[in-house]
Amino acid sequence: MSDTLYPVSVEVNGETRSGHVPARTSLVDWLREHLNLTGTHIGCEHGVCGACTVMLDGEPIRSCLIYAVQADGHRVVTVEGLAHADGRLSILQDSFCETHALQCGYCTPGMLIAAQAFLDKALLERNPRPTETQIREAISGNLCRCTGYQQIVDAIALAARRLAAGAE
Amino acid sequence: MKSPSFDYARARSTEEVCELLAQHGDDAKILAGGQSLVPMMAFRLLRPHWLIDINEIPALKSVSFELDAVRIGAGTRQSTILGDDAVAARVPLLRQALAYVGHAQTRNRGTIGGSLVQADPSAELSLVARVLDARLVLRTKSGTRTEPAATFLCGPMTTSLRPDEILEDIHWPIWRERRTGSAFTEISRRHGDFAIVAAAAQVALDDEGCCARASFGVGGASPVPVAFPALARSLIGNRPDQAMLRDIAHEAAAALEPDSDTHASAAYRRHLAGVLLRRVLQEAIKAAGTVQ
Repeated sequence: MSDTLYPVSVEVNGETRSGHVPARTSLVDWLREHLNLTGTHIGCEHGVCGACTVMLDGEPIRSCLIYAVQADGHRVVTVEGLAHADGRLSILQDSFCETHALQCGYCTPGMLIAAQAFLDKALLERNPRPTETQIREAISGNLCRCTGYQQIVDAIALAARRLAAGAE
Repeated sequence: MKSPSFDYARARSTEEVCELLAQHGDDAKILAGGQSLVPMMAFRLLRPHWLIDINEIPALKSVSFELDAVRIGAGTRQSTILGDDAVAARVPLLRQALAYVGHAQTRNRGTIGGSLVQADPSAELSLVARVLDARLVLRTKSGTRTEPAATFLCGPMTTSLRPDEILEDIHWPIWRERRTGSAFTEISRRHGDFAIVAAAAQVALDDEGCCARASFGVGGASPVPVAFPALARSLIGNRPDQAMLRDIAHEAAAALEPDSDTHASAAYRRHLAGVLLRRVLQEAIKAAGTVQ
């Protein structure tokens, strides 16, 4: 079996990060173990729970189902990339606090990334007031075992309203 | 769990893929979206020595329109086709089915060809390919051959793809009849899961409102999705009413021999097949009837 290391260079949260990895290393393991970006959580490791959701070239994906070597030359945004440079929370993150959209917090990084990607897309498609059905569809690939989802849906709707009002 | 060790090749062209397949054969697997392959690796159900990554080959992501078919490159993302209005206008069943395939995160990676090659008996895209009689173009180092979905899908998780072949693109027939309607539905435990049973139908009506052409099928209730061409022909020339559709759906369901498993019993699957077929036939006819 192979011990070959493959070069990988990825723009992570706006910064170019490089290294050498075995082909079997998943993107989420590389982010957490090599780059120490432990905000992205690992849940099921087989593409069911959504805890490891990151953005690849602006689209939400499961980082347990892509090998780090495959991200070479691409752009990744993790939950660490959502807040402002000075540490202030983004509108979406602040809305999660406002509506109590997290309890244990395990699913939260994946929820935030899925929701942010959805809001970015909604804005692009000139849909500043997404419906509850659209919001639920957007986070349907993310499991939460605490909240019952309602507060998360509320948070995303609140963030959409704040973004539409140009609060930032 | 983590994947076992393997060697990785990022292919730059379809020719390079064929070259690598010719070299490694059964020791290599093609890595498309990875939404099924990577979990199977994590569970150690597969241990290929080589993965050939086809994600960076633009030619495999092309979508083009011919008079009688939409050609979709096998590496095209499911999300791309779901969002493509021009594809939806010509082959509406694709968008109708893709709305049931996984979630945003999996559709952003998962590919059209990957789903067909995976050949899960419940897969939505396999059912659409079967109902529309899609043609699959398979390439080796020495050339291509074309195979209909009906023979390409030969068993649960089994296709006629040879170890040195890559699925290059898929031709989805466009029905030229002006008044064409289609419908897709399924029952699953949770939205985005594989279907327990899925049904799809496409119907064309003539100017008098009689059925001119029809095709319908069921997934999840047999080793591969099945279509019912003889029953579909019996609709032609008729103005199908509720009773006729119920009878046809019932007859189709009775011909199935589904398995029982932890998700559903055989009897429940057969029942679902009848109910869902009736619904998609009704909806497809209704949709065809509203075309101006």
